[in-house]
Amino acid sequence: MTNPYVQRKYVIITLILLTLFVFVARLFYMQIIDDSYKYSAQNNSQRRITKYPARGVIFDRYGKILVYNEPAYDLMVIPMQTKEFDTLDLCHILEIEPELLRLILKRAKMYSKYKPSIVIPQLSLQTTAILKEKIYKFSGFFLQSRTLRKYPQPVASHLLGYVGEVDDAFIKQNPYYKMGDYVGISGIEKTYEEYLRGKKGVSIYLVDVHNKIVGNFADGKYDTAAVPGYNITTTIDLELQQYGERLMRNKKGSIVAIDPQSGEILALISSPSYDPSLLVGRKRAKNYQLLLKDTLKPLFNRALMAKYPPGSTFKMVNGLIGLQEGVINTQSSFSCSRGFAMGNIHVGCHPHPSPLDLISSVQHSCNAYYCNVFIKILNNKKYKNTEEAFLKWREYVTSFGFGTTLGTDLSYELKGNVPTNLYYNKYFGKNRWKPLTIISLSIGQGELGITPLQLANYACILANKGYYYIPHVVKEIHDVKWDNSKFKTKNYTLIDPKHFEPIVDGMEQVVKAGTARIARIDSITVCGKTGTAQNPHGKDHSIFIAFAPKENPKIAIAVFVENAGFGATYAAPIASLMIEKYIKRKIKRTDLEKYILDANLIKN
Amino acid sequence: MQRNINISKTIDWWTVGLYLLLIILGWFNIFAAVYNEEHRSIFDISQQYGKQLIWILSSIIIAIIILFTDSSVYQIFAYPIFFLILVLTILVLLIGTEINGQKAWFVIGWVRIQPSEFLKFAVCLTLAKFMSSYNFKIHKPRNLIILTLFILTPMLVVFMQHDTGTAIVFTSFIFMLYREGLTPYVMFLSVISIVLFITSLMVSQETIIYSLLILSIIIFALVNGQLTFVLGSIAILIGIYLIFYLLMKGFNFSWLTDYFIISVAITFSVLSFLLGILKKIKYASIIAIFLLSSIAFTFTVDYIFNHILKPHQQARINELLGKSSDPKGTGYNVNQSKIAIGSGGFWGKGFLQGTQTKYNFVPEQSTDFIFCTVGEEHGFVGSVLLLLLYVALLIRLIFLAERQRLAFSRIYGYGVVSILFFHFVINIGMTIGIVPVIGIPLPFFSYGGSSLWAFTILLFIFLKLDVDRFKYLT
Repeated sequence: MTNPYVQRKYVIITLILLTLFVFVARLFYMQIIDDSYKYSAQNNSQRRITKYPARGVIFDRYGKILVYNEPAYDLMVIPMQTKEFDTLDLCHILEIEPELLRLILKRAKMYSKYKPSIVIPQLSLQTTAILKEKIYKFSGFFLQSRTLRKYPQPVASHLLGYVGEVDDAFIKQNPYYKMGDYVGISGIEKTYEEYLRGKKGVSIYLVDVHNKIVGNFADGKYDTAAVPGYNITTTIDLELQQYGERLMRNKKGSIVAIDPQSGEILALISSPSYDPSLLVGRKRAKNYQLLLKDTLKPLFNRALMAKYPPGSTFKMVNGLIGLQEGVINTQSSFSCSRGFAMGNIHVGCHPHPSPLDLISSVQHSCNAYYCNVFIKILNNKKYKNTEEAFLKWREYVTSFGFGTTLGTDLSYELKGNVPTNLYYNKYFGKNRWKPLTIISLSIGQGELGITPLQLANYACILANKGYYYIPHVVKEIHDVKWDNSKFKTKNYTLIDPKHFEPIVDGMEQVVKAGTARIARIDSITVCGKTGTAQNPHGKDHSIFIAFAPKENPKIAIAVFVENAGFGATYAAPIASLMIEKYIKRKIKRTDLEKYILDANLIKN
Repeated sequence: MQRNINISKTIDWWTVGLYLLLIILGWFNIFAAVYNEEHRSIFDISQQYGKQLIWILSSIIIAIIILFTDSSVYQIFAYPIFFLILVLTILVLLIGTEINGQKAWFVIGWVRIQPSEFLKFAVCLTLAKFMSSYNFKIHKPRNLIILTLFILTPMLVVFMQHDTGTAIVFTSFIFMLYREGLTPYVMFLSVISIVLFITSLMVSQETIIYSLLILSIIIFALVNGQLTFVLGSIAILIGIYLIFYLLMKGFNFSWLTDYFIISVAITFSVLSFLLGILKKIKYASIIAIFLLSSIAFTFTVDYIFNHILKPHQQARINELLGKSSDPKGTGYNVNQSKIAIGSGGFWGKGFLQGTQTKYNFVPEQSTDFIFCTVGEEHGFVGSVLLLLLYVALLIRLIFLAERQRLAFSRIYGYGVVSILFFHFVINIGMTIGIVPVIGIPLPFFSYGGSSLWAFTILLFIFLKLDVDRFKYLT
């Protein structure tokens, strides 16, 4: 008897073969065509932990530490790997509100479910110790070691700058950085970021499903070590910097001291300043907001960004241009009867002998003298008209580094302002302005805006009799070659060096027997010039530039003290004390020092 | 009188060989799946791999005992065996131990016995006995009711143990019933509608329609035997599809394939319908109707799912289908399993080298998800070889079943094929993510004493029946 349904076995066999076909096709797709599973398996089982390098240490010119690093831990989370945990316990350890933790975790999840995000950066050592014991309770969380900036002395905050966490916009432009990385935001930390940051390393670990590390991937063959950043020796003299900050306490203003023979910045002070360690770690954001709101603007780097009219310190520029253009010589003299008057213009002057020659005009800072010189420059027959003469004048002025950035290695350096012919054409109308219209330029007032750095550089030019090195703050980057040739080249002004002699002689007289006798130091020949910048908003700014010694000068300095009156009142003694400190390392004139230290120009 | 039969000469060594190969490969893969650095020996009985060796050895002993037991025992005692095990299964509900939410275990020392595993062969025996009885006619309503009761009762008991997977296994007897004369429409329609329902929610309609097209062409070939015509049309279809696929990729005509595929399917079915009427080609019109209605069914399911069901209902179905988008929740197993298999590549990562496997990313990896280990460590090559072993076993068993003289043996044989095939489809299908997650083991391969014993008994009773196939000849 044959079974009537025997044919049906073929249907069943077909069904089996069909299943086989579907399975094989599916496996072919999964295992051979689609690559995504391989990456998933890798992500699953490998945890890449970034090893953060220590940033380079920054030294002063004598090898004293300005900033170094101390260890800190970040609490990290991989949202994918978190399980239910005691939120309150964790919040208690971290000393934060549960609401905040929830928000942080939500944000971390939005960033990536699989990549680690920072929960709390830079935990205190105490918190770290507690967390290390309890971290096993919080699956998906782990501690990552980092380093934090540490300042042995609360100085040079504007110079050094600070570091902060990168944000999304920054990462988009600089793909080297990942979420949670730090980057120099201002000062040396910003300009030398590339050298200071070091190289991140990575450890690849194998983890099991509980996120427990079960070993190194491929015995650490693909791990890379973190390379610490390069150390940097700056040109700063820590002691001088500290001293300058002390002198400027309770005053608004700035000191910039440069070694004229190299362009090395010895001290750069912007007052009021702040303790750089305020901007480290978790408290950075809060403190930054506080500093930002402070009416005295401690975050504002006056040395590089504040623009002041240079006042009488600018007179030598006009004198030098006059000599170079041949409209005056060293013997030219002009009379002054309590000022300069022409047409309906009157520029006042203080009592002094009259008439004066070039040297004495510097010594006594005679306004009338420079009004005359300025008019002669602009009325020079060589040029078709005032505008052309003015353009020539402006060319000379900018060759001193005014109205342009000097190209230093400091961040956020501003250009300042030297007005252009176009500005006057627009303001007064073409051909409608005469030398007299802009006479205030002759004595460094009017539209001129010069930064303290530019003024200190100008002091260098005077000290060097005609040239400057671009001021810079880094002397050496350890263990690496870097191109600092631009800091090694002399930049000449358009003035013949020989014309500087009488001007420098005049500056010597300023301190010896002129407007700044207060700045005299017995054993050092100081050359200086006072300035008083008219300030429409309040009391005049006290300005002084100087260099010393006269022969073979070692330091050139510019001091601005806001709302402090005449140049000789505060700026000159401060500059003088700085010079003494730098050259003698010790202050003998304790009375003068006390006078400055006691002066409180910020009354509130 | 009974003839004395030399077992070693009459036993089907092919099946025995495949069985031994599968349990040994299974053992090695369990070793890889739960490999523990601290217990490097595969013989370490504190680990699953050591225990599995005990299960394997005891299974072989069981197999030998079965081979030396008179086969008539099974036929005679089919009903008592069934009732005994059914009672045990009910008993376990009352006094058993709950493990992983399933109240399905008797625990004696470190040995855990799951009676429901043994219900499979018991039901198989019972059905074979009932259906081989004198003058049995499958389409008699009384018989249908009894058959349904024999299948539904154990299903219900196992359901009550919260072991949905094992419960569903009993539906697999539909294959055996089909072979024994149950109208094909029952099997065909139920299989097709289930498959279509699931696939239309899981894969794109385009893929489904294409598969249906090829399926109908194959069926067409099977019933008419016009192989050249069929192969030719498949080749043309694939060719046209490739051209359109390239066009779509190249010019971004994504809409093109959809319309193309639908129009081809409709044209094909209309043509074969006409062909069936005009040239009187057998089944052509039936196939055409099948194809059209399947397409319609697919679109209906899709439409209902997307436009009529509420989001939470959709989510529930998606969860059931293992399609849930939450990889940490219900989808976790399947997701990790797919990652394991997919990352195996062509040759695999090598024995004990699977990262997914070694670091326990796939839950239940030694039991229900053991195929992951094969996929990850032995790649496409190893996976396909394993599939071929199973298919070879199934086809060999069909061959054995067909050569039986006794209806009882044949029916039992088909019951074995049905159960093994069902396990194979569901278990492998779920690990590669094309079948919803239903937790049932891969026969002979997965870790577990009860399941290995039960499958051994299931298989070797049939082998013994096969050995004795000439016994009752006169």
